[in-house]
Amino acid sequence: MSSHGMGVAVARKEDRRFLTGKGRYTDDIVLPGQTYAVFVRSPYAHARLRAIDTTAAAASPGVLAVLTGKDVADDGLGGIPTGWQIHNKDGSPMAEPPHPALAQGKVRHVGDPVVMVVADSKVHAREAAALVEIDYEPLPAVAHLPVAAAPGAPQVWDEAPGNVCFDWHVGDKAATDAAFAQAARVVSIDLANNRIAPNAIEPRAANGHFDATGDQFTLYTTSQNPHLTRLLLGAFSLKVPEHRLRVVAPDVGGGFGSKIFHYAEELLVLWASRRVGHPVKWTSDRSEAFLSDAHGRDHVSHAELALDAEDKFLALRVNTLANLGAYLSTFAPAVPTYLHAILLSGPYVIPAIYVEVKGMFTHTVAVDAVRGAGRPEATYLLERLVDKAAREGGTDPIGIRRKNFIQPHQFPYQTPVALCYDTGDYEPTLDMALAAIDYPNLAARKAEAKSRGKLRGFGISTYIEACGIAPSAVVGSLGARAGLYEAATVRVHPTGSVTVFTGTHSHGQGHETTFAQLINDRLGVAIDNVDIVHGDTDRIPFGMGTYGSRSAAVGGSAIVKALDKIIDKGKKIAAHLLEADVSDIEFSDGKFRVVGTDREKGFGDIAFAAYVPHNYPIETVEPGLEEGAFYDPKNFTFPAGTHCVEVEIDPETGVVQVVDVAIADDVGVIINPMIVDGQAHGGLAQGIGQALLEECLYDENGQLLAGNYMNYCMPRAEDFPRFKVGNHVTACTHNPLGIKGVGEVGAIGVPPAVINAVLDALAPLGVTHIDMPATPEKVWRAIQAAQGGAA
Amino acid sequence: MNPFTFHRPTTLADAINQMKGGNGEVKLLGGGQSLLPVMKLDLAMPSALISLSGIPGLDEIRAEGGRVTIGGCATHAAVAASSAVRGAIPALAQLAGAIGDTQVRNRGTIGGSLAHADPSADYPAAALALGATIVTDRRRIAIDDYFTGLFSTALEADEILTAVEFPIPDRAGYAKFAHRASKYAVVGVFVAKSAGGVRVAVTGAGPVVFRATAIEEALAANFSADAVPAGTVASDDLQSDTEASAEYRAHLVTVMARRAVQAAT
Amino acid sequence: MATITVEVNGQKRVAEIDPRTLLVDFLREHLQLTGTHVGCDTSQCGACTVHVDGKSVKSCTMLAVEADGAAVTTIEGLAKGGELHPMQAAFHACHGLQCGFCTPGMVMSAVDLVHQNPNPTEAEVRHGLEGNLCRCTGYQNIVQAVLQGAETMRGGAR
Repeated sequence: MSSHGMGVAVARKEDRRFLTGKGRYTDDIVLPGQTYAVFVRSPYAHARLRAIDTTAAAASPGVLAVLTGKDVADDGLGGIPTGWQIHNKDGSPMAEPPHPALAQGKVRHVGDPVVMVVADSKVHAREAAALVEIDYEPLPAVAHLPVAAAPGAPQVWDEAPGNVCFDWHVGDKAATDAAFAQAARVVSIDLANNRIAPNAIEPRAANGHFDATGDQFTLYTTSQNPHLTRLLLGAFSLKVPEHRLRVVAPDVGGGFGSKIFHYAEELLVLWASRRVGHPVKWTSDRSEAFLSDAHGRDHVSHAELALDAEDKFLALRVNTLANLGAYLSTFAPAVPTYLHAILLSGPYVIPAIYVEVKGMFTHTVAVDAVRGAGRPEATYLLERLVDKAAREGGTDPIGIRRKNFIQPHQFPYQTPVALCYDTGDYEPTLDMALAAIDYPNLAARKAEAKSRGKLRGFGISTYIEACGIAPSAVVGSLGARAGLYEAATVRVHPTGSVTVFTGTHSHGQGHETTFAQLINDRLGVAIDNVDIVHGDTDRIPFGMGTYGSRSAAVGGSAIVKALDKIIDKGKKIAAHLLEADVSDIEFSDGKFRVVGTDREKGFGDIAFAAYVPHNYPIETVEPGLEEGAFYDPKNFTFPAGTHCVEVEIDPETGVVQVVDVAIADDVGVIINPMIVDGQAHGGLAQGIGQALLEECLYDENGQLLAGNYMNYCMPRAEDFPRFKVGNHVTACTHNPLGIKGVGEVGAIGVPPAVINAVLDALAPLGVTHIDMPATPEKVWRAIQAAQGGAA
Repeated sequence: MNPFTFHRPTTLADAINQMKGGNGEVKLLGGGQSLLPVMKLDLAMPSALISLSGIPGLDEIRAEGGRVTIGGCATHAAVAASSAVRGAIPALAQLAGAIGDTQVRNRGTIGGSLAHADPSADYPAAALALGATIVTDRRRIAIDDYFTGLFSTALEADEILTAVEFPIPDRAGYAKFAHRASKYAVVGVFVAKSAGGVRVAVTGAGPVVFRATAIEEALAANFSADAVPAGTVASDDLQSDTEASAEYRAHLVTVMARRAVQAAT
Repeated sequence: MATITVEVNGQKRVAEIDPRTLLVDFLREHLQLTGTHVGCDTSQCGACTVHVDGKSVKSCTMLAVEADGAAVTTIEGLAKGGELHPMQAAFHACHGLQCGFCTPGMVMSAVDLVHQNPNPTEAEVRHGLEGNLCRCTGYQNIVQAVLQGAETMRGGAR
């Protein structure tokens, strides 16, 4: 193993620019002639636009344009598309209402953009925006599940009766019903998965520039996937061919899903730039982000688990309502279906499963993927239900899980809900996590806490997830409108240094280091001689970006494929130089060698020969050493693991403090353990945040009650103990690196462990249920109710 | 933010003159930790700002003659770190050290906090429980006459709060149930025991800081946490929001009062 | 308009500004010091933290005119002579950053924290960072970095 190769905790190459204030984020970019956009957004959740008066705003100092939905329509701009089409139970396609970039006729959520003001300074744009007069006719609104599904609920779209976007199902209903009929006992649960806001600390921003001389559009944007944004701009919203569109995602300050999607503001700054003849920049502030970034989760579910007399699972039945918001965001329809329902087998053998999901429109911000995307919802539901099964049956929550795990010899394991798990080994992670949290001494810790007036509880979650998104043919058959392969180009320079162009994008994941380690491992080139280029459609041939824990498993595999081509070509050149047959050339440790001899050429020698082909197999091998590859995964990857949490609750106030977290994950082969641990830490923080602190709360009229950091509780350092993180590796069987993915495991695995711990702590008081987030008041009320108190 | 003129006088006399001579809404700027956030949201739109940061001496802190006197421009960080305050009224230093966060405490001032009179701010609880006196450019205001309602005080529009005097109690304690997001007090209870009796002030719970007289009476008889009676503050008059209902706040008043007594030194 | 004289990262800067200008906008837009970031509009996130006369403040909640006559240090002024400040070096060594957006504010707060408390416990570090939000790291490696940075700073490296 080289000092900077696979498996080594290399400190990151990209750190220095961030640590010295030299990072270059979208809002840092000021183009010559820069102008600034501000949006006037709806204060109503649902209203008819009676009239818009822009006269005063247009006459305000420094204003270049005041644009409305009519201008958008007059200029023939396309709507904001969704990238996934779900079909109903009856085979008909989902309802897919229009999504104009600026509201036309009606507004459908608080924050819906109505007017765009462009001015020569931010101050002038804001001053003019305040002068826009909009005459709204407020209409009844609906924000919540299951209210949106009730008869007589206010309608979001005429084309979606009953607010139903789709009514979808998966699994075998008859087999599931039959299994339930045989059950020794049935456990059921009703729960909600709270709506959260992604909250990358960098707010979204977009800077659009139309260069009239070259008829070229350039967009700098806070994106996790610039090529996907270019594709959607080109084909659907701006309707300009890709060769005239450049999308740059420079340094991006976190994404967590929210920066996957194509947003109206990206289209509008490009369009406005063409109209005003200047680059146009928009930067969201935090309050605006709460009203315009896609939110996550927001499910209401009923689930039933059938067990036999030995506590073996027989069948699972789930009915989920998923809030999609007012407009369909890029991946929105896929999240509660193909990223949620088909994960509901978990790590367990459940012979029959049937899941129904209704996607519902409401007068709220769009709901789409947020770190985990569907899988946290599935895991939360299943792990709460399994814990309840253990508690109701008077059995051990660990034993019931062990008993129902898919066993190593059962892989590949076909679940009843579409997925086929290639590999896994669940008990070792369970044992590791239990050991790390010192489970055998739990009773002593509970007693000690009690002596301090605190209630201590232990909770566990054994999860599986599907990531490494995704096999194109599979997702295509399920309704995806794009392929989900990844692309890479490896350019070896004449002196042997390397530039890698990857279609994935790093917004914190550390690609500039991990991918350099991969090059170091395969080619023996020092990481300082490797540059990783990402985030620019003009520099990188193609790519689908970074989300769904796909960068290493899919993007890394594309790089490996390109590297294989480099090495193959290098062997041919080496064979020529070493006067040997190409089949006798081996490559290792950065050397091409004639097998069984000491005759060898260094990688740098071969690179040089490729570019200075004086003595070269020119008849059969082209000069140069640059190879590209596309990699389409054969299957999803299936990280799995065990998350254990201990909490202490102050029964007087209801405050829950997480006092210990121990996890053990199988994320496949690890390139950089330091970065992998960091991903786990971040995911845990978001998962614990969802379980205890965070909720995008709307009132019944669709007003967002938690819309800035004064009332939406973001986790802070003191909300957490030191996480104990362990790994047990089983290699993915179908990609060349054996990597599964780590970006989302924390956010997926830990929320039910937290709530199971809260319920364990409160069990002596008679509390049997609580919804996320387990806020102090909610816990206090649960205690009061269980104790027969007035609350 | 709307345009405003900015003044940074170097003497109190100049500041007073500028306050009196201002047209439209003139606002005093202390550390700006309350005023700037509301100005950024256009909830306050002064036509002129007069900064007190250029006037020497307004940040003085001293303990003498049975009281602690804190200049209006003393920052929360300065109060928290002051040996005079820590020695005389440790609960006050502890309260100051738990306002907002480090950066807020480095800018925010006691005068700004008490003039802004946010119903969830911490200082009003201490001032009311300790029986403080508000010193201005023109008079002394007893604290019992100072807080007049939500975000409103007895200060006149052009009046400058220059100092706060806190009588040193025998014992005092503060317990705060902080809003998890904003760190403001959902309920903060300050208890003070002195020769004149026991005073208990509650911030965060209602539209304005108030005294919990039933708790005061109970503690006057027996200054111990166990003596704090439950359910003496009716939820009817308390705030309700996404963080805490009025009913929960009423419960927290009891719990925080007990903890304040436990913490009292 | 108002004229201010501010020493920024050791350099005297004179500027004529609208009194409305926040310190962070002055730094980012007038001086092109874009290392100081804005992550919220309610003075919570701390991404904009800089030092004014040696103390950490949120530059989104201070008027630039209030910095007249003061010395301001931003993240760009922390490394001296191309050598990272021990706190920056510790963040690098401990993987105390991912996307890098909260990092400048986090590092500036950490330096102030250690100035106030040269030998903090882990709990004191976690509490002391209450004015800074990070969404990527779960804070674990940030806390580790601050402890390590404090140790180096105590050693008199700077």
